[in-house]
Amino acid sequence: MGLVTPDIGTIFWMLLMFIILLVILKKFAWKPILSALENREKSIENSLRSADRARGEMEQLKADNEKIMAEARLERDNMLKETKQLSDKILSEARIKASEEARLLIEATREVIANEKSSAVDEIRKQVALLSVEIAEKILREKLKDVNQQKELVDKLMKDIKLN
Amino acid sequence: MSRKVISYILGALLFLILFAAGPVQQDNESHTQADASGSAVHEAPHGEAEEGFSPSDFIFDHILDAYDWHILSYHDFHLSIPLPVIIYSDTKGLNVFMFNKFHHGHSDYKGFRYETHGENRGKVVEIMEDGSRIVPKLDLSFTKNVLAILISIILLLLVFLSVAKAYKRNPDKAPTGLQNLMEPIILFIRDDIARPSIGEHKYKKFMPFLLSIFFFIWFNNMLGLIPIFPGGANVTGNITVTLVLALFTFGITTINGNKNYWLHIFNMPGVPWWIKFPIPLMPVIEIIGMITKPFVLMIRLFANITAGHIIVLGFFSLIFIFGQMSPGLGYGVSILSLAFTIFMSMLELLVALIQAYVFTLLSAIYFGMATEEHH
Repeated sequence: MGLVTPDIGTIFWMLLMFIILLVILKKFAWKPILSALENREKSIENSLRSADRARGEMEQLKADNEKIMAEARLERDNMLKETKQLSDKILSEARIKASEEARLLIEATREVIANEKSSAVDEIRKQVALLSVEIAEKILREKLKDVNQQKELVDKLMKDIKLN
Repeated sequence: MSRKVISYILGALLFLILFAAGPVQQDNESHTQADASGSAVHEAPHGEAEEGFSPSDFIFDHILDAYDWHILSYHDFHLSIPLPVIIYSDTKGLNVFMFNKFHHGHSDYKGFRYETHGENRGKVVEIMEDGSRIVPKLDLSFTKNVLAILISIILLLLVFLSVAKAYKRNPDKAPTGLQNLMEPIILFIRDDIARPSIGEHKYKKFMPFLLSIFFFIWFNNMLGLIPIFPGGANVTGNITVTLVLALFTFGITTINGNKNYWLHIFNMPGVPWWIKFPIPLMPVIEIIGMITKPFVLMIRLFANITAGHIIVLGFFSLIFIFGQMSPGLGYGVSILSLAFTIFMSMLELLVALIQAYVFTLLSAIYFGMATEEHH
């Protein structure tokens, strides 16, 4: 058993035991340990990737939300504008209608007034005619009170007819 | 600044160890002559301390393999775990018996003897009929290092099977406890050793081996730093163990070598033909390189771990060397020795990890070279 001379007995035992150690450790220790480590690394990588993906989705969602919000805001603005326009329109239409109605009313009034006026004038004319006939009758009665005068007038009228 | 001072002191102490170890060892080897001539070097009384303290014996008893696991000795009381001796010889066939049958070399058993001196010191030898002693044909004894390997393997299995169970029980959950302790190391081997050295597509095939050698070397390096049973065996500082580990790396490299790898060995592209053809200079160099790589792996781990053990044991030897001169001096030196041993143990903790890392990294690089595709 020298310091630097290999010993055949030790070689035999060492070979035997080391091969057994290698086989057992390989099958029952290194294989499960290495595969577990690899699996864990993979799962960590996957989780990191899915976390990244989730973050992306979150951002997407946020952007979508923002877009929807912006759209809603726009729609609201539009709606407000439209409403305002509509109210303005209604208001202006009402104004136009009111003025039109007023105009029609005035016109109708005017017509009525005119009719009234013309009928009043007619009435006046009729009254005046009647009055003038009465006056003429009265004048004639006054004038034709005596027979002379009547004869004179008949003569005169006869003369006029002859002339014609 | 302080580091510099420490290194100076360390250097001086190392010099002292070598200086002290030389003559004492010599004295031990020739103690029979010394006894015969009656000149006692240490002026110690005969019998009890006739051998004195030999640092080299002390150190080598600790770093070499043994047939039993010595735990402690106190005067005449020795506590050690005897281990099975398994010997096959041409004349006596297969013999299996416990080492304590030898009574530490005091008696023979079944025609075998445990040599305590001579060139086969520390070996079990066979006593032939004519009285000569030879090394038996095959010695497959279940030695201290083998038991230490077995203990480390049981520890490895306990740890990693429970870690694997934790992964199965809580898939996709944060690791806890032992699992949490081992996961960064496993990930380090995968992401910083295997992936860059071998390449993204092929590294998976080599992961079980790389993880196994890393933790085997690391656990054994750490167990070697524990002074008492079940630690303390110099497993990764044993050339045989590192040889087998290096052979595994060599074997896997060779088996997985692709066309490109063998092309570079036998017909290196891009070099002039005349260093390949009449004399196959390049192929020879490449084949030497192929063998040098695992050889260097073997030597590096062995030398680093053994050196660490020798230094620590050297510091302890100092206590006894000085203690032999005068007990007071021994006690005085023991404070210094302890301080340096603690320092060295800290360093060794780091070395234990670094050597496991280096062995694994270089194995991975060799696998990467063997499976590299042509660009």
